[in-house]
Amino acid sequence: MTARERAARRVGVLYLAPALTALLVVTVYPGLWVLWLSFQQRVPIFGIDRFDGIANYAFLFSDPRFWSALRITLVFTLVSVALEVVLGVAVALGLWRQRFGRRLALGLLLLAWALPAVVTAKMFEWLYHPAAGLVNFVLGGHPFNWLGDPALALPGLIAADVWRTMPFVALLCYARLLGIPAEMYEAAEVDGAGRAAIFRLITLPMLRRILLIAALFRTLDSLRAFDLMFVLTRGGPAGTTETLTVYAYRSLFQTLQLGFGSAIGVVVFALVMLVAWAYLFAQRREEAAS
Amino acid sequence: MSRRAPRRGRQWARDLAVLLALGLYAVPYFWQVLTSIKPEAELLVLPPLLPSHMTWEHYQAVLRQSLIPRALGNSLGVACLTTVLALSLGVLAGYALARLPVPGKGLILLGIVAGSAFPQIATVSPLYLLMRGLGLRDTWTALVVANASFALPLVIWLLAGFIREIPEDLEQAAALDGASRAQVFRYVLLPLVAPGVASSALLTFLFSWNEFLFAYTFTATEASRTVPVALALFPGIFEVPWGDIAAASILASLPPILLVAGLQRYLIRGLLAGALRE
Repeated sequence: MTARERAARRVGVLYLAPALTALLVVTVYPGLWVLWLSFQQRVPIFGIDRFDGIANYAFLFSDPRFWSALRITLVFTLVSVALEVVLGVAVALGLWRQRFGRRLALGLLLLAWALPAVVTAKMFEWLYHPAAGLVNFVLGGHPFNWLGDPALALPGLIAADVWRTMPFVALLCYARLLGIPAEMYEAAEVDGAGRAAIFRLITLPMLRRILLIAALFRTLDSLRAFDLMFVLTRGGPAGTTETLTVYAYRSLFQTLQLGFGSAIGVVVFALVMLVAWAYLFAQRREEAAS
Repeated sequence: MSRRAPRRGRQWARDLAVLLALGLYAVPYFWQVLTSIKPEAELLVLPPLLPSHMTWEHYQAVLRQSLIPRALGNSLGVACLTTVLALSLGVLAGYALARLPVPGKGLILLGIVAGSAFPQIATVSPLYLLMRGLGLRDTWTALVVANASFALPLVIWLLAGFIREIPEDLEQAAALDGASRAQVFRYVLLPLVAPGVASSALLTFLFSWNEFLFAYTFTATEASRTVPVALALFPGIFEVPWGDIAAASILASLPPILLVAGLQRYLIRGLLAGALRE
């Protein structure tokens, strides 16, 4: 190694140090600490603070509220992401050939994405108002109690989430579509391919990769989502919208069981990592196959 | 060629239909705008859809009697400081990862990708204990430090990518002319990567402005409560003040909407670059 290279290395370490220190203190250290907390019984108001092994996890395993929250989290994630992908592709196909008012169209699309989730929650709470809400008015005046009826709350929550995050999927697909060479379509038209065939044989395969990426990011975000359900439905009615994150938050800061709540947080973390790992694994296998 | 003329007409009709559809899609927001200027007495009566006249009473109530103005100030301060902190750390780290021979680079990059998938709910309890232990509860500092670190993995990743896109020739030429590394960084690279810095800054600002979980947990009074928290806790004495809430949520959404409208190009660039990290 020459003196120059050594100097470059030194500068590199120097430049990286502040950022890595921040990440170590505020992400890695709490990440390990939460694991440690999850093995403890910690209820500060009763002065309880002891190591308890895997007791929290053992309790979770037999806790119906945990299984319900897990199921709701998975249903919320799967349905939201599926709807976002379908609607996102549809919107991207609409926007793609836009010539007039493209900036305005993108602006209208990104509006929903830019809003704070709490604002979206407050907006939908008002839209869903049983007597004076716009949703019931549009549906012909039925007094559906969207957020109070156990059968309607989760669909209502999912609709709000799809509204909020579909633009992200649409934008990624739109950008990908702009990158498809026009010659591919011209050639297909010359060969007499119909619209459905063109969509199935050209557009969809070209979108495949970006759709997988968009779906991955949306899945990770849905598993971690908290603000929307915490403000819009508060996990209710009767726990029908209580996701793992809401259950974790309540255990941590409302019933003040720091150890138990941390264990649920660790489960969310494990779920997120599992999905990310499965994606990377599938992608590697695909690359090896091609 | 004979098909061109009807096609142009169809193109206009098509474009208009897409705009209308997206206008419909944005109706929830427009409805909130309309609610914020409806007279109190007409709020719970539907139909009619449109108010008999416009009123600013809700905005006046929110600006004069609620904690929203204070919360807007807190949000602005926290979001600006978060952006400055995350970007200054991120530019240096991104430069090191893109241009310098750092030991263990692959591992660091992997850790940064993993870090950007970290769920807030998993770190909120230890961070709460940490902030309490450091006496930082209910301060801007707690929020700025937590938000900046949370945004940092994405910022580093984006900036390393943007810097890698810039050809190295200019920096080498400047170095040959005798410029020091700091000078090359400051006068050659930084101006070239400015659009990328803008994209990253925009995403960081939006993240911090919209952030709720940390803000809800680490704050206790109006000294540090940000707008999402103030909105979530918006008080109603006898009944829900829908008009005031609508006015407050319009105020809370103005900064992100203006930024997205004005800096659309940078936002889209940042979002795309962030999604294509592998």
